[in-house]
Amino acid sequence: MIWNRDVETLDRASLAKLQRERLSLLVARLHARVAFYRKKLDAAGVRPASVKDLRDIEGLPFTDKAELRETYPYGLLAVDPHEIVEIHTSSGTTGKPVVDAYTAGDIDVWSEVMARTLAMGDTTPADIVQNAYGYGLFTGGLGVHYGARRIGANLIPISGGNTARQLAILRDFGSTVLTCTPSYSLYLAEVGREEGIDFAKLPLRAGLFGAEPWSENMRRQIEAELHVKAIDIYGLTEIIGPGVASECERQQMLHVCEDHFYPEIIDPASGRVLPEGEKGELVFTTLTKQGTPLLRYRTRDITYLDRAPCGCGRTSVRMHRILGRTDDMLIIRGVNVFPSEVEHVLLHVQGVEPHYQIVVERRDQLDCLEVQVEMTDELFSDEIKNLENKEREIEAKLASALLVHAKVKLVEPKGIPRSEGKAKRIVDKRQV
Amino acid sequence: MQIQQISVFLENKPGRLAHVAEVLRDNKINIRALTIADTSDFGILRMIVNKPEQAHEVLKRAGFTVKQNVVVGVEIADREGVLFDIMHLCDERGLNVEYTYSFVEQSSNKAILFLRFEDPEKAVEIFRASGYTLLRDEEARKL
Repeated sequence: MIWNRDVETLDRASLAKLQRERLSLLVARLHARVAFYRKKLDAAGVRPASVKDLRDIEGLPFTDKAELRETYPYGLLAVDPHEIVEIHTSSGTTGKPVVDAYTAGDIDVWSEVMARTLAMGDTTPADIVQNAYGYGLFTGGLGVHYGARRIGANLIPISGGNTARQLAILRDFGSTVLTCTPSYSLYLAEVGREEGIDFAKLPLRAGLFGAEPWSENMRRQIEAELHVKAIDIYGLTEIIGPGVASECERQQMLHVCEDHFYPEIIDPASGRVLPEGEKGELVFTTLTKQGTPLLRYRTRDITYLDRAPCGCGRTSVRMHRILGRTDDMLIIRGVNVFPSEVEHVLLHVQGVEPHYQIVVERRDQLDCLEVQVEMTDELFSDEIKNLENKEREIEAKLASALLVHAKVKLVEPKGIPRSEGKAKRIVDKRQV
Repeated sequence: MQIQQISVFLENKPGRLAHVAEVLRDNKINIRALTIADTSDFGILRMIVNKPEQAHEVLKRAGFTVKQNVVVGVEIADREGVLFDIMHLCDERGLNVEYTYSFVEQSSNKAILFLRFEDPEKAVEIFRASGYTLLRDEEARKL
């Protein structure tokens, strides 16, 4: 089902015109209201009045994540603070979190793009949406919430976790649409099976899954085990949260809501825009955002774009599911984890040297993070309890910094392989 | 009255203990008594050897994390009930035993119980006052 036929099936020429107009307005707004951008635009020699064509975007400066941190918390506000009605942040695992401040208009756009997303899973007012994304500063929970409200579906705001309760609600309330991370859906399937739930007999028919990397194999598994159509959705806090792009029922690449979020693919090294179909770093410009608009934000996600028409009738550009990252960020159960943050924690534990390795595995459908730390003379004790206490101490420090549990394993010195003098920091064993 | 003990950190993976044994053999170091405490991830090998300082050095050179500390060696008769007597004494006198392991002498009917205490000096005092014979470090090196 297409939620907003006027926009979602708009011919490409009209769409380009709409984007061009919105881009000019955005640049003018940023130059007038955000000192950070005024400085950047001036330094790049860009006069807002000269931005007339979509091609002109290539001359505009990029925004990167470090800059979002430098301007924390309110440095990128493009409206009066009292116009902000809601704030979300990223998990902030690498220091200061990234802030997304929404005006009422932004929430309206968010509701619209999430309604489009949910409609791609054929969600209608007759549906019961079990929203198992976390509610709070994380954008997943409330993003789905606003979209489901916009559609007028029956929304169950159960939030994340509490698997027994999720299954009881799924069964007793007859939820038809499930929203959560793909790995959690498989975990639900597994626990449900153990409890004797026959998913084939439940009304559940669709799932909208995102916030972590997954694959076609995983999709097939989810669809077979939960008896649902599994839709891949994409978003990021910096841009709006979920609602940036989603697969339609054909499940062939993700339609980008490009009337609001203008995508480009660039060569991450040179910053040059790549021809359509080439893989590179995904960059977004928030054409309509009011609270904290961003110009050419570098997502560090790697994918490619395809403007070929989709059989569903939507005319929007589609992006391939994320193929990788330009940095070494890991996504563990929806939380972004950077090795640099692990290192930062370890450096502050007495006796620990920065020889560590991060091992990620998917066990029982859940991502497990193990941090291997090399034993040192200072850490070592002949008593088990002392070593176990040390492991617990590091685990507690990591948990409060990363916001996700990591098991600590002490290993022998030089037990972590070094290549060309540099340790290999991450071993990702997830077969997604 | 305190015996030098060597502790070695071992990851739970094949060949690690063999490697320790190889290093000791190559350096002609004899193991008198040993015990391994383990968790699912790692183990701690503790040994009484004839040349503790040298063992410490060669194992360290081989890349192991090694620690030298002291245990108390109590001579006991090799018969039933003796362990209870010792534990009862520790209990009565508030001595906390971190761990223990033993060694039976071939030439006599004696056994040696090695005990690790948080406060070994206090333990030595209590055992001597209670009439126990404690193994001396020189003797341990010659066992």
